[in-house]
Amino acid sequence: MEESTMLFSLRLSLQVASVATLFIVVIGVVLGYLLAGRNFRGRELLDVLITLPLVLPPTVTGYYLIVLFGRNGIIGGRIYAWTGWSIMFTWYAAALASFIVALPLMIKTSRAALESVDRNLINASYTLGYSELQTVFRIILPLSKKGILAGTVLSFARAIGEFGATLMLSGNIPGKTDTMPLAIYSAASNGEWSKAHLMVGLLTLFSGTLLYVANRYGGRKHGTIIS
Amino acid sequence: MAQLSLKLFKGVNGFTLDIAWEMENELVVLFGFSGAGKSMTLNFLAGLARAERGFIRLGNSILFDSSRDIFVPPQKRAIGYVFQDLALFPHMTVRQNISYGAFGLHGDERKERVDEMMDMLHLQRFGEKYPSEISGGQKQRVALARVLVRKPEMLLLDEPFTALDISLRLEMQKLLIELRTKFSIPVILVTHDLYEAYTMADRIIVYSEGNIAQEGTPYDIFHTPVSPDVKALVDNKIILNERIFSQSIRQKINA
Repeated sequence: MEESTMLFSLRLSLQVASVATLFIVVIGVVLGYLLAGRNFRGRELLDVLITLPLVLPPTVTGYYLIVLFGRNGIIGGRIYAWTGWSIMFTWYAAALASFIVALPLMIKTSRAALESVDRNLINASYTLGYSELQTVFRIILPLSKKGILAGTVLSFARAIGEFGATLMLSGNIPGKTDTMPLAIYSAASNGEWSKAHLMVGLLTLFSGTLLYVANRYGGRKHGTIIS
Repeated sequence: MAQLSLKLFKGVNGFTLDIAWEMENELVVLFGFSGAGKSMTLNFLAGLARAERGFIRLGNSILFDSSRDIFVPPQKRAIGYVFQDLALFPHMTVRQNISYGAFGLHGDERKERVDEMMDMLHLQRFGEKYPSEISGGQKQRVALARVLVRKPEMLLLDEPFTALDISLRLEMQKLLIELRTKFSIPVILVTHDLYEAYTMADRIIVYSEGNIAQEGTPYDIFHTPVSPDVKALVDNKIILNERIFSQSIRQKINA
């Protein structure tokens, strides 16, 4: 019984972190590119807004998410009125919380990687006939691969470890929304030390391996940016 | 009507570029000290930057005209631009770099054209190597092949030979002269190397602080500089041996 609830938490955590990371990669790279590129009105404000979850206590981030997506929330209220469904206390809420909390890591790392691509390579691509979008896919993204991969791994690790905002938004419902960090909290509160030990060890090993893999294999295969 | 004619004005942070000149299908060297506006002119021609006022006409097309609000983006200009640092794509092989330049060509046609350029520039042996694995001279040839593969309407070279040692430089200069006969297009070479200017140019345009100080044949410029500025540029001790030296280059080129 104990093992099966642990397996459930493990699977749920992987599921939540994977879904969150999928959105993080796409949206994070797009936002990173926008922030890395031209100046536009509100750029500073956007930068501050998406970096905030990195420094705010996760409970504060979670609180904002409730205000936005709760059953009576600004967005959540409309969804509930329309469909009778609310994201609160579902695993989607855990994914949303992980997404918001881990997104800044992706934006920061991908932005730095995108900015480090030599401007002349981009100009060369333009003068050879390629549009901005074509240049992004064929020159800028391949040359930022290392940073984007590092950002992906960091975001995934952060997402799988997300606790505070997740607790606020999806609760800690056994067999429904208790991801690993929440299950560890419950186990420790209930004095189930052997269960807690096992999960803590597992999570540490898993996150450590992720970071190692990112460092070991994240390197670019050929040459430097400036040949 | 000249093949290329341009008139450009731009003021940035106390520097003012204010130039107008024309050229045929010939090799023009833009000559002058750093910061005179030579590379800036190339960027305007390529469409990577936009002048405040003026126009650029290449053949029958207007690439830029401030009075009519015309600005053709770099993608639509068909201008081959070899950057000072060459800007080879480090994640692509030599063949992939050249093939990237064959924009708009597909399938066999693309492959044939790439092969043709690789033959012409003696690059077949290096096709599968990455830019970081080949020598400086080979990189130069890849950069040239990449811009020539699309048959550009004009060629811009921003000090492309600066990083090379003298014998390799002579070899590249010879190659460029060969290519000029194959591609009859305007070629603009930016340099502040006296020998290069003297030996390569059909005509030299001397830039000084954003203006044109003098233009003419290499002989005119070097023998009758019109201002102290131009004199300072060409009046170099080494120029005393200029005839002997240029003779030896011409011999090498003709050899």
